[in-house]
Amino acid sequence: MQLCDLSALELTIKIRQREVSAVEALDSSLERIRAVDGRPGSLKPGQLTAEDQKTLHAFITLTEERARRQAENVDQQLAAGEDPGPLAGVPFTVKDLFCVQGTPTTAASRILANFVAPYTATPIARMEAAGAIMLGKVNLDEFAYGSSTESSAFQPAARNPWNTSRVPGGSSGGSAVSVAAGEAVLSIGTDTAGSIRQPAAFCGMVGLKPTYGRVSRYGLIAFGSSLDCPGPIARNVSDTAAMLNIIAGPDSRDNTAVTLPPEDFLEKLESGVKGMRIGLSPDYFRIAIPDPQTGEYCQQPLPEEIETRVRQTAELLASLGAIIVDDVPMPNTRYGIPAFFVISRVEAASNLHRFDGVKYGYRTPQKMTDLNKMYRLSRGEGFGLQPKLRILMGMYVSAAQYSEQYYQRALKVRAMIRRDFEQAFDKAGKYQLDALLTPTTPTTAFSIGDIYGDSVLMQFADQLTVPANHAGIPGLSIPAGFDGQGLPIGVQLLGPDFSEASLLRIGRAYEMATTEEAWRQIKPQVLR
Amino acid sequence: MNEKISIETFEHLVELAALALSEEEAVYLRRELNHQLNAIEELAAIPLDEDLALTAHGVPYTAAISPVMRADTWQPSENPEEIIRQAPQTDFGLIVVPDIPHTDLD
Repeated sequence: MQLCDLSALELTIKIRQREVSAVEALDSSLERIRAVDGRPGSLKPGQLTAEDQKTLHAFITLTEERARRQAENVDQQLAAGEDPGPLAGVPFTVKDLFCVQGTPTTAASRILANFVAPYTATPIARMEAAGAIMLGKVNLDEFAYGSSTESSAFQPAARNPWNTSRVPGGSSGGSAVSVAAGEAVLSIGTDTAGSIRQPAAFCGMVGLKPTYGRVSRYGLIAFGSSLDCPGPIARNVSDTAAMLNIIAGPDSRDNTAVTLPPEDFLEKLESGVKGMRIGLSPDYFRIAIPDPQTGEYCQQPLPEEIETRVRQTAELLASLGAIIVDDVPMPNTRYGIPAFFVISRVEAASNLHRFDGVKYGYRTPQKMTDLNKMYRLSRGEGFGLQPKLRILMGMYVSAAQYSEQYYQRALKVRAMIRRDFEQAFDKAGKYQLDALLTPTTPTTAFSIGDIYGDSVLMQFADQLTVPANHAGIPGLSIPAGFDGQGLPIGVQLLGPDFSEASLLRIGRAYEMATTEEAWRQIKPQVLR
Repeated sequence: MNEKISIETFEHLVELAALALSEEEAVYLRRELNHQLNAIEELAAIPLDEDLALTAHGVPYTAAISPVMRADTWQPSENPEEIIRQAPQTDFGLIVVPDIPHTDLD
């Protein structure tokens, strides 16, 4: 085991006790990156080689010099007897959707390929202030629009460390890959419909979408402003809690960051699940896929291996003292994706209007005498297909004549999805749940190229994660074993607003009870 | 297939969105838009509870957790040069754009 394979909490203790240096920890990560990552994503990738198909391509920009300066600084602070912070020396990666001053911040789009951020996003500033070392910016679906990372303008896109012919999930694909392969110990992603939890599940990692407003969005390039949540991806629940401790909290620069007092998510992490009420819902054990031609929905059962893992997780939690509540109705779950198709597109279209080739980013090199032509060409050449699709869809469904039919209805459906959760979690209600236990994804990691291009089918990859975004509630995905093809299966815990501590506690109880299981010893394919 | 977005509607949307598209892109995007609209068709059939209030987002922002609005006061930017430097074309600290088309109103 190398330093880069340690957990954040183990590594920072070794560094703080000066058993190893922050520079040695950084070098260990850099060595791993050189061994498994291959070439970084680029706008001019050329042909995909056989070697490219075996490497991971998590990174767009490696900021090695910056990281080394930070690591040296941590070591100097320790040598001087100062406290460099609770994550001293822990290498982490950043989804390239967050601004970090002085580094390229691309959103995996040609339109921002030359943008160098003039300021740093609050969650990243907090990680660095806590002594963590930023290794660089990792790949994602262009503007976070996707569930596989394939839509990035920077190719080769990230690949799944458990099987490099599979997608890592998305949109925070590079984040999940970098942590799973030991390139980084932690990563920060964002979740608008499942973009932290789904890639975490596909890569066998822990991923937390915090409650909306728990983590500041200042410095995050917006997708759906009413849904976006920054959050951690880590190898275990304790590291996830430690990272949430750092990034959560009020921020005077984001008026949607709530003003709750700081909470220590590590404090009661290992208090167990005795007496906690955990629900299972039949509405999360079936999946709905629409026929693209007719729009008719076909209901299918969840793949058996995934359902079995969720039920085994429930049994194990019951054996630890949790009360399992069956048959909790969540009838509006199936409307999550249709409502998301509308709300997220309207917000995305609005957010993408700022990219116009005037103030920053890409401007067409063609000589233009007219501002309108400059806008059209810069946006036409700068945006990839997925942003264009979202702009057009968002404009259509919010147009005056269609808004009532689509946008206003979708907002009401969102309120209905929220009400399902409120009823399930109501402490005076019928179910009184502390958490709902569900699968994270309808499938395990699918093959590269299988779905990409079919924008409807791709969106349905998020059908079990998106309800939490509509409701604003927190969701935690934890690894729960593998399918018959050796691909990770994730299970999801959903809880009431600001119940991250409870979800992490349940996740940690599961983790502690399964530490010795054989599947926990399996390493990703690229590390075998 | 039910085509809600005709070629004409599509071209109007593209114009509003200020996007120059290749023919190949236009074919893909119009097809996917129609697929997406078919996929959300069932929204129209969902029985809605009319009492439900629309919210700006899922989590209700009570006074207890909402930040206080800061005073609306002018503050100088720390690094205006760095921000202006991001512009594709500048001249003496000003952003340069092609001519802005003018239409005379009646």
